[in-house]
Amino acid sequence: MGLVTPLGSGVERTWQRLIAGQSGIVGIEHFDVSDLPAKIAGVVPQGPSSEGGFTADEWVSTKDQRKMDRFILYAIAAATQAVENSGVSPQSDEERERIGVMIGSGIGGLETIYHGSITLKEQGPRRITPFFIPAALINLASGHVSIKYGFKGPNHAPVTACSTGAHAIGDAARLIMFGDADVMVAGGAEAAVSRIGIAGFSAARALSTGYNDTPERGSRPWDEGRDGFVMGEGAGIVVLEEYEHAKQRGATIYAELIGYGMSGDAYHITAPAEDGNGGFRAMRNALRNAKISVDQIDYVNAHGTSTPLGDEIELGAVKRLFGDHAGKIAMSSTKSAIGHLLGAAGSVEAIFCIMAMRDGIVPPTLNLENPSPTCAGVDLVPIKAKEKKVRVALSNSFGFGGTNASLIFTAAS
Amino acid sequence: MSDVADRVKKIVVEHLGVDEAKVTEEASFIDDLGADSLDTVELVMAFEEEFGCEIPDDAAEKIQTVKDAIDFIQKSAA
Repeated sequence: MGLVTPLGSGVERTWQRLIAGQSGIVGIEHFDVSDLPAKIAGVVPQGPSSEGGFTADEWVSTKDQRKMDRFILYAIAAATQAVENSGVSPQSDEERERIGVMIGSGIGGLETIYHGSITLKEQGPRRITPFFIPAALINLASGHVSIKYGFKGPNHAPVTACSTGAHAIGDAARLIMFGDADVMVAGGAEAAVSRIGIAGFSAARALSTGYNDTPERGSRPWDEGRDGFVMGEGAGIVVLEEYEHAKQRGATIYAELIGYGMSGDAYHITAPAEDGNGGFRAMRNALRNAKISVDQIDYVNAHGTSTPLGDEIELGAVKRLFGDHAGKIAMSSTKSAIGHLLGAAGSVEAIFCIMAMRDGIVPPTLNLENPSPTCAGVDLVPIKAKEKKVRVALSNSFGFGGTNASLIFTAAS
Repeated sequence: MSDVADRVKKIVVEHLGVDEAKVTEEASFIDDLGADSLDTVELVMAFEEEFGCEIPDDAAEKIQTVKDAIDFIQKSAA
């Protein structure tokens, strides 16, 4: 597993800060926000990785950095962590042909396209770098990782807005089940914290604007004072492997992906269906796929973005699906600490589910001080992480366009 | 004269991420310095920017070594 998040670089670093109740949401300082309504974001902290920070030079040569958008940089860093952590090291072409990559992004090289457009307008087409297109293309995260490691199996990249990371993991697992690969490096990466990104989501009235002076309080899922999501950036990548293949090489198995469910809202381009039917069916389909019942779920990592509409719709769907068992689960939104990583959210949060199972600790929903009345009856793990044995965890991701994905993991047997 | 050569070499070192010692005048961008076709396009753009000149595509194709670049820039400045 590999992570680059607003809480730091590295799985342990991010996880320890997450369960300590720390926030990665800060006031934006690296570009001008004076005329933007939202001035806060989950920004990846710069610094040496020995101190838990992110330094591009540690992952990609300066020469190659010019050829890629920041989302690809994050993908390479997280994928490198994941591959090295997995111990996968193919010795022959035959083995390399059985290892694929499926890293998606919600938006891809948005900042690269923004700067390219300005160059085109101000200086003309002769000043557009030959690396403009490959720097911006979403599937180039998968491309770079495959080139770095010589992984010659399926090379793919899903794009489903904020469900991308979850879809990547679910789809990659199915490629393994279908026999297309033995190992898949899968997940999502995003780097849309930029002037154009903030301006675009602000225009859609999706972002929090009321906590610009207290950034760490801005992302507050289910809280009465919530007023939109806080954008985050980073990447979450896992190495998925066919069970016998992993056992044979003596790999450390963190978890088993036992369920994957998808659905479409067929409702609205940005708003979730009001009855929560899309999320409900994604979760139900994942449970069916896993062949388990709701009472086996211990923890739900919610999509929970901190928007006025979405949070309660998701909670309503969970309550309807889980029935009496809803009172026994823990459900939290880790977006309260890192913001919404869009196309990386699903894979980052899948890793949080796996860490919750490993350590028997569920991460908190920060800033949940005054829960909305409809929240009664479900433990939303307010403010502080808590100890809880987690055998099975479910992770939800819902995206613009009405695209939903749920993943179910169980602790390694 | 040597000023142009130094500036050209500096750009090559920066853009291709190679050791300064390897950037001799005879060095070929692709064969000796590990550049690919996109790298050479970007190099030519960097030369244009540094020296405020325009290098047409047909001339750019002929710039294959460090010396080719220095010669072209010196000629266009003359």
